[in-house]
Formats: sequence, structure tokens, C-alpha cells
Amino acid sequence: METANTKLLRPLPLMEGLTRQFYDWCGRGELRFQRCTRCTAFRHVPRELCAECGSFEWDWAASRGRGTVFTYTVVARALHPAFLRATPYAAAIIELEEGVRILSNVIDCPPEKLRIGMRVRVDFERQNDSVTLPVFRKLERNGLPSTTHTPEIQETR
Amino acid sequence: MTTVAAVPTSVLKDAACIVGVGETAVCRKPGSGLSELALQLKAVDLALDDAGLKARQIDGIMPFPNLGRAEGFAANLGCENLRFAATLNLGGASPVAALRVAAMAVATGSANYVLVPGGWNGFSGARTREIAAKDSDSIPGAAIARDYYLPYGLSAPPQWYALMAQRHMHEYGTREEQLGAVALAMRKHAQLNPGALMCGKPMTMSDYLASPMITAPYRLLDCCLETDGAAAYVVTSRERARDLRQLPVSIMGAASGQPYPADDIINRKDFHRTGLTSAAPEAFAMAGVSPADAAFAQVYDCFTFEVIQQLEEAGFCRRGEGGAFVENGGIELGGRLPVNTHGGLLSQGHLLGIGHVVEAVRQLRGDAGARQVKDAELGVVTGWGDFGDGSIAILGRAD
Repeated sequence: METANTKLLRPLPLMEGLTRQFYDWCGRGELRFQRCTRCTAFRHVPRELCAECGSFEWDWAASRGRGTVFTYTVVARALHPAFLRATPYAAAIIELEEGVRILSNVIDCPPEKLRIGMRVRVDFERQNDSVTLPVFRKLERNGLPSTTHTPEIQETR
Repeated sequence: MTTVAAVPTSVLKDAACIVGVGETAVCRKPGSGLSELALQLKAVDLALDDAGLKARQIDGIMPFPNLGRAEGFAANLGCENLRFAATLNLGGASPVAALRVAAMAVATGSANYVLVPGGWNGFSGARTREIAAKDSDSIPGAAIARDYYLPYGLSAPPQWYALMAQRHMHEYGTREEQLGAVALAMRKHAQLNPGALMCGKPMTMSDYLASPMITAPYRLLDCCLETDGAAAYVVTSRERARDLRQLPVSIMGAASGQPYPADDIINRKDFHRTGLTSAAPEAFAMAGVSPADAAFAQVYDCFTFEVIQQLEEAGFCRRGEGGAFVENGGIELGGRLPVNTHGGLLSQGHLLGIGHVVEAVRQLRGDAGARQVKDAELGVVTGWGDFGDGSIAILGRAD
């Protein structure tokens, strides 16, 4: 979607440390969260140790990538220049089956159709050579992904 | 659920008083024309004069986060004997949290007179709502917001807090007209405050509902004002307070707290728990009173829902009942609990929460003019900051 005469200004994560590891997995098409190897608790955002049991031991455990919309907001007036042309857009907290929540966008759902409790599944949007963001799509009643088209990424000059 | 440490804090009950308050005019265009330090020093001057104190008597200063250093205030004011300096990093909750720390300082002899200033060019200077685009380190959660919120288009306070409001509406049936009732109450009170930016500009529910959406469920009229202005207060010991100019206002109880985790809104097991959830029972226990004893509450009103949420978490009503609590004039003068009698951040101006302390003091002194709550002897003031940090003070007329 990025073309020669547009510059993507969407703010992107600083690819360092645990954050880099999290997004690197997304770049490989996998949503993984830290999971404590002692008490098996999942956690997000990345932390150095398990707040449940105090263990420093953990691994990157695969998520099924399925969850529900926990809450959301529909942004009508952009408060960051990168999103000026993207309004209205929704940002939603997704509660995954593993229990952790993540902020994301449901990319195939018009903002006015978004509802708390809506079932979604993960997908990935490559931003540049190093960053891929996890995003979500509606999950239809039959458990299959929706086939609706992907809207364009927010781009600004 | 919440452990209240009543014994260690009880020594602070009524140990310290607010003895001076000051507030500059609030304005938008053309702006204050002053530096943020100069603007704050104007408010400090008013507070010192109110107390009948000389600047050189101040030996403790607690600047607002990122709005100046104690050294700068001291050098300008001539405080040659600065002994105590601290900044609490609780965003908008800092000034009310400072009541507790200032009380600790004077009760332990760490300082005799503690100054708490705050003020900014919130309109003519850098706008809070745009700050993330310029400096993501300055926003709450810093790296977490930068790496996990900003890429999805959430960069500013109304957007983060709208997530909380929307969930509350889903769980408890809180309605947009109830958010509107908060905005209307603040605007109604501003009509009685000549110093309020929105004095002379009344608002109806139709006006509210017709205002443009910013970040659903927040409309323009759910959002606080961006203004230039400053305020300040001075705390001293109960003994020293007796010798000063004004009727002292006693800090009966005060506490602050944080949600968990404080640096990430998204992954809270109890999504509605804020800093106030633990701070309020601690402060009320310290004061030995209950929410029902308050004649008024000055509640940090950055956005309308935060008032509803704080009324619930502070214990004025149960969680989920805040929407009904604010309806039908419930938080207006003459209602069950007048809230933000000065007009608050929503209709007076954004004085970083210090304006709420100033108004509480005026009410308890009986100096609130047309908006005076009759026989106000005990009142509550709250602060809210960052991702839900909370602070609360129970204030009363000193004997």
C-alpha cells in the first residue's frame, strides 16, 4: 500500500528488547505472548518476570489468535497527524482466549459496526522491512474468517 | 480487597492545614503572555498574600511534574532555606496527592511551609492532546504507549479513557445522557463563577448531544477545556496555621494510589479499578468519616465519565450506579452532592486539579459567593492522572 509518493507516518514500535521479539514473531505470522514456564500464566505487554509467581523463566508461547472485542473507541477527530486521513477509525481491546488482552484494530469491520463481544481472529499487516503489526478480522459464526476486503492502511503524505 | 493502613497514617489526621490559596485568571486567546514559570509565580504570589506569608518563609516546594523545578521557584521567590523539594509523578492526580505528602513534611518537621504550585499555557503553549506526536516519552506509560497503543491510533488521554467509558456503558448501561449530565452540571456551576471561562455561556442537553464526536463515546463537550492559567496552595502545621490570616482548612485525611498495572490500561484484571479505589477508603478511614459526610466534592473532571467513575470508586455510590447518581441534578448545587462548584476543568478552566483544591478551601471558608454550599464544614477533593492514578483528600474547617 505504500507507494513511491506517499510516506507512511503511522507511528511504529521502537524495535528493541522484548518488544522487538514480540513483533518479530508477528513478522513470521505468529502471535506469541510471554508465558511463565513455572506457573503457565500468559502476559502482555512484555515484562521481565512473572507478576503472578515471580519467576524469571518464560518462553514465547503461541496464541490461537482468537478472542473477543472487550472495549473500543471510535476516533472521529484525529489527535495525531498520522491518523488525520484515517478517521473515523476504531481501536479495540481484544481479549484473547489465553486471557491476555491486546490493543489493535479490527480491519474488516466498519467502526459503526464494531460491538463489544464480537469474535475476532488475528491477522498481520506488514508495515516495513522490520515491523509487522498484529491486527484482527471478524470471525463468522461458523468459526471461519470473514472474507470481506481489507481496507486501506492509513497513509499520509 | 483493599488493605487500609489506618494506624500509621492516623498521626497525620488534622496535623496540617491549607492556609493560603491563589488562582490566576484562566484564558484562551490570546494566551497568558507569560512563561509557565512566571504564570505560576503569579498564583504563588496570590497564595502567599492570602495566607499572610512572606515568600522567604517557604521552605518546601512541590512542583507539578514537568512544570518547573523547586530550585527555579526558590531562586525566583527568594526562598533561601529550601529544605524539602519533591515532585509526585501522578499526572493530574499529583496536586491532591501532594496534600498528603505536604502534611507528612510539616508533621515530621521536614518543612514548615510547603508550597504546591501548578500552571501552564495549556491553550497558547503545547497542547496536551498533541503531545504524543511530538514526544512520546512524556505520555503516561511512555514506551508501552509508544510500542503498543500509538501504532493503532491511540495517542491522547480522551482516547485511552474512552475505552474505559465504553466498557462501563456496556457493563452497567451507563448512557450518553448521563455523561451529558456531568457536563451540564459543571456548566451550570460555571454560571455562578465569574472567573470561569464558560461563565455567560450556558449549555443544554441538546447542545451537548449536538456537539461533535471526538472519540466515542466522548464528544467535544465531554472534554475539559484547554486554557492558560495557574493556581497554588500553601500547607503548614496546625499550630502555625493559627497565627496566619485565614481560617485554616484542615487536611483530615488524604491518600493516593495507582491502578494495577499502572503503566498499561489494557491488561487490568479489574478493568474499572483505579488509584482512587484503594486511596479513598484509606483517606476516609484516616479522617474517620464516610462519603455521606461530605457537603461537596471537587472531582477531577478531565472528561465526563471520569467523574462518574471516581464517584463510584470513591464510594459515593456503588460501582455501576454513577450514571444514575449524576442525573436529575444529583451533582448540582442543591443536589445530593454538589460536584465542582467552580465549574471544574470542563467549564472553569484547566488548572491541573489545583483549582479543585482552591475551590474546596473557598467553600470551607464560606467564601464561595453565589455558589456557596450552605454550612459546608467537610468536603472532598480528588485527583486523576495518567492511566488512572488517583488521589483524594478529606478537608474540613479547622477548629
